[in-house]
Order: sequence, then structure tokens, then C-alpha cells
Amino acid sequence: MAYENLSIFEQDFWEINNSLNKLLSATNANAILLIDKAGQMITSVGNTDKIDLLSFASLAAADYAATSQLAVLLGEEEFKEIFHQGKKENIYITIILSRIILVVIFNKSTNLGLMRVRLKNTVVEMNKIFGNIFNKLNSPKINEQTKATFTDDFKKAAESELDDLFG
Amino acid sequence: MSVINYASREITFKIVYYGTGLGGKTTNLKVIYNKINPEQKGKMISLATEMDRTLFFDFLPMDIGSVKGFKTRFQLYTVPGQIYYNASRKLILKGVDGIVFVADSQIERFEDNIESVDNLMENLEEHNLNIEEIPTVMQYNKRDLPNISPITELEDAINPWGIPYTEAVAIQAIGVFETLKSVSKMVLQSL
Ligand SMILES: Nc1nc2c(ncn2[C@@H]2O[C@H](COP(=O)(O)OP(=O)(O)OP(=O)(O)O)[C@@H](O)[C@H]2O)c(=O)[nH]1
Ligand SMILES: [Mg+2]
Repeated sequence: MAYENLSIFEQDFWEINNSLNKLLSATNANAILLIDKAGQMITSVGNTDKIDLLSFASLAAADYAATSQLAVLLGEEEFKEIFHQGKKENIYITIILSRIILVVIFNKSTNLGLMRVRLKNTVVEMNKIFGNIFNKLNSPKINEQTKATFTDDFKKAAESELDDLFG
Repeated sequence: MSVINYASREITFKIVYYGTGLGGKTTNLKVIYNKINPEQKGKMISLATEMDRTLFFDFLPMDIGSVKGFKTRFQLYTVPGQIYYNASRKLILKGVDGIVFVADSQIERFEDNIESVDNLMENLEEHNLNIEEIPTVMQYNKRDLPNISPITELEDAINPWGIPYTEAVAIQAIGVFETLKSVSKMVLQSL
């Protein structure tokens, strides 16, 4: 298979959340989301109560994908950063190791310049964490873990959920 | 490519509905959206033209609940079938775990289905994938119409791999869940 599953374990997950929380408090942003390029939500910190996260994730990934293609049409490899400005809310998007999309949602209580500076640090940390995660993917240990978690029992149980749901 | 989060105990799969323009992909998602319980679905998002043709994609997240302690989620996408939206189709295929190919059974759409399958293979290849290793279901849709090709002819034309198929009348919700169930089970098995 050309695409490995993206497996994230406790330790990495907490490191990710710590790093994002640091950025959140340093910049006073409302929320920060981490999204896989295929559109799946990985994690979020901050105030996300009013945000439909799943919708947001799929649209942010689509936005990033479409914008990257615009870059390619202009002979750029990709746009490293995307900024959308609203009346109150703004979003700032950047990419980690070409595969993970980081979205900062903020308003006027955040200083854009400062945020961009802090974000650079976060990206360095994320590069390290995800570099690790990607290196581990497809290792025998991870494959075993996947097998041990998603056993035939799991598959049977999931199938019976599907039968119940869809008749 | 599913995302497995062992910390929050969630697993998410991506299923893409592919196929020729006006074949009924969006209709499949609308039917699913209308029939499943509110607690099992998120919002359906449609990026469409004013004429209701898919412009970029439709998106519907679906939760099948907790399975052995893992919150299990399928995210359904459709691509735009119209030929000139190929760039969008390619983007949506990124990270796909399972595919439903919705074929339009009408005789006058026969060639379009072939073209669309070819296009699917080309686009998968750009992601270094091929149709034989991705769980895929063929859905022969619009079986209610009078001017349709027999299943055997459709099978010969677009299913040389002998991929499982279903017959559907998506607007009447016939075959829609059977298709979804079938591809979901294949996706789970391939885990
Ligand atoms: N008779 C009949 N009409 C159908 C059926 N399924 C869908 N349609 C109709 O076909 C038309 C196109 O359906 P869509 O679901 O929008 O098609 P699509 O594949 O999403 O099209 P694009 O977005 O352009 O790729 C609509 O008018 C549907 O009502 C079916 O089973 N039988
Ligand atoms: Mg459509």
C-alpha cells in the first residue's frame, strides 16, 4: 500500500497537545487545529465549542489542497502559509512535513507578527514529533500494535454495528 | 489511509464516491444523511454549483459508535463527475481507504462510465495506488429507468477485476445502504 495508516500514540499525542497549548497561550489565539492532509482531524486545543470540527477539518484540507494547486500553476511548489482575514475571526494555515495542516484561529487579541514568530517554533517542534511518528509508521512494532488492536473480534464487532445501523 | 489515534481512541476511514457526472453520487450521500440518526452523523457539506452539480466535493462524517473502545468513524466524500473538474477529483482521492464507483446504468451513459473508470485508474496511479488494492464496490445506479444496459454488459465493460457490485436506485434509497455496508466491511477487513 502506498499510503500507510497514520498511527498516533499517547506519548506523541501529549507532546503534540503540549506544544499546541504553548502556542495557544503565547499568542492568545482562540483555537489551534491539527488536520491530516486527507481531511481528518488529529487534535485541537483552545475554544472549539462553536466550531464544527469535522466540517472544519475537511474544508481546511480542501482549502489547503486547492491553494497548493494554485501555487503549482504559478510554478511554486506550494504556499507555505495561507492567511484568511475576516471581520472578526482570522485563520492562518501552515504545513508540517508536507503532510499535516496546522490551523490557527484568532481575532484581534492576537498580534499577527508575534503569532508568526511563535508559530515558527511550534513548527520546529511539530516537525520533530511528526518526523518521529512518520519514521515509526510501517515498523514491525506498529504493525503488530495495529493487528493486536484491530483483531478479528474488533472487525466482527464493527461489522455487526454496521448491520445494526444499515439493516 | 486511516488515521488511528491511540490516545483519544479514535479511528477514521475515508470513503470516496467516484463516477460519471449526474450518476447519483451526491444522491447516495443525501439518502444516507437523511436516513441515519442525528447522533450518528455530522453536518453534510456540499460545495456545489447553483445547479446542484458538485463543484469540489460533498462531505458527510458518519459515526458507527464505539467498537471495543474505539470510536469508529467513516468520512464519506463525493467527487465532481464532470470531466473538467479532474484537478478536484485528484485532490479528493488523497488518503482514500475505500471507493464506491457509481455507474449510470443508462445506455446513453455507457461510454461515460468507461471513461470515468479509466480516469479513476489514472488518478489513483498519481497517488501510487491501484484499484485492486483499494477496497472498491461498483454500484450500478438508476436501475429504475427503462433505457438501461444489462448488468452483464456493464460488468464486462467496467469491472474486469470482478470487484463486488450492487444494483441501486439511489433516489428511492434502494441499494444505497447495501453499497455503503459492503465497502465499509471491505475497508475494515483491509485494516
Ligand atoms: N431515475 C433516477 N434518477 C436518479 C437516481 N439517482 C440519482 N438520480 C438523479 O440524477 C441526477 C444527478 O444526481 P446527483 O446525485 O446529483 O449526481 P452526481 O453523481 O453527484 O453528479 P455530479 O455532482 O455532477 O458528479 C439527479 O437529478 C438525481 O435525482 C436513480 O437511481 N434513478
Ligand atoms: Mg454530485
